[in-house]
Amino acid sequence: MKMETPLGRVRGLGSAKAGAHHWWLERLTAVATLVLLVWLVVSLVRMPDLDHRTVAEWLASPLAAVPMLLLIIGMFWHLKMGLQVVVEDYVHSDGPKLAWIALINFLSLFGAGLAIFAVLKIALGAGAG
Amino acid sequence: MHRNPSRPMSPHLTIFKWGPHMLVSILHRVTGTGLATLGAALFVWWLVALASGPEAYAGFTAWLGALGGAGFTVEKDAWEWIKYAFWAAIGIGLTWALFQHMLSGIRHLVMDIGAGYELRANRLWAVMTLVGALLLTVLAWGAMILWRMAA
Repeated sequence: MKMETPLGRVRGLGSAKAGAHHWWLERLTAVATLVLLVWLVVSLVRMPDLDHRTVAEWLASPLAAVPMLLLIIGMFWHLKMGLQVVVEDYVHSDGPKLAWIALINFLSLFGAGLAIFAVLKIALGAGAG
Repeated sequence: MHRNPSRPMSPHLTIFKWGPHMLVSILHRVTGTGLATLGAALFVWWLVALASGPEAYAGFTAWLGALGGAGFTVEKDAWEWIKYAFWAAIGIGLTWALFQHMLSGIRHLVMDIGAGYELRANRLWAVMTLVGALLLTVLAWGAMILWRMAA
């Protein structure tokens, strides 16, 4: 018989009280990604050519670069949260779960960072010439 | 944390009778995982190649051409056909995954506001996301092929 009150036994095992926020952000980023992805596809289809010069010049304009940056943020935020939910549901032991979630966070930040840097490089002039 | 392996786990896949809503539910996760890895990698590669100049961009579009089934009529030996089919299958698979995830995602948003839980409606819209995703994939690839033939 352990000297432990029922309260002591359950403390720390419950919700972290962050689930509703995670859930809401997943929906918000889903809608943002949906709208901006439609924008991206329509923009690409309407282009006269998809060669480097045409696409880079298009992306250099503020009205293309800013939605593209928002798309990157929304999409990578969404995919980071989605992958995390999959891991939380199917990886049951704490060690691997922690490792997977850390990996997902690092890789999605790295991907988003690369994409954001690429857009800024083009939009701020270094890549468009 | 302790886990008792004899406790029942949910969902208990082996005793469930499969329905379209279950298929759509798990496909949402499968397609989401595929898009989040392969799709996102392709997207980042596109932007980085675009920022790295015309040569890097040409390297990217050559790969994208392989995913898009470019060079269908070129004579190939058996090994080249296998490679060709492999990349085209990934290209078609990613297109389908995008549409399936998009449509079942919209279905989830509707369910999040509390609508569409009646058994028949739920089943109908689950089937509609499957049909819609296949249809949109065929349309998108048809449009791409027509566009390439016209060019």
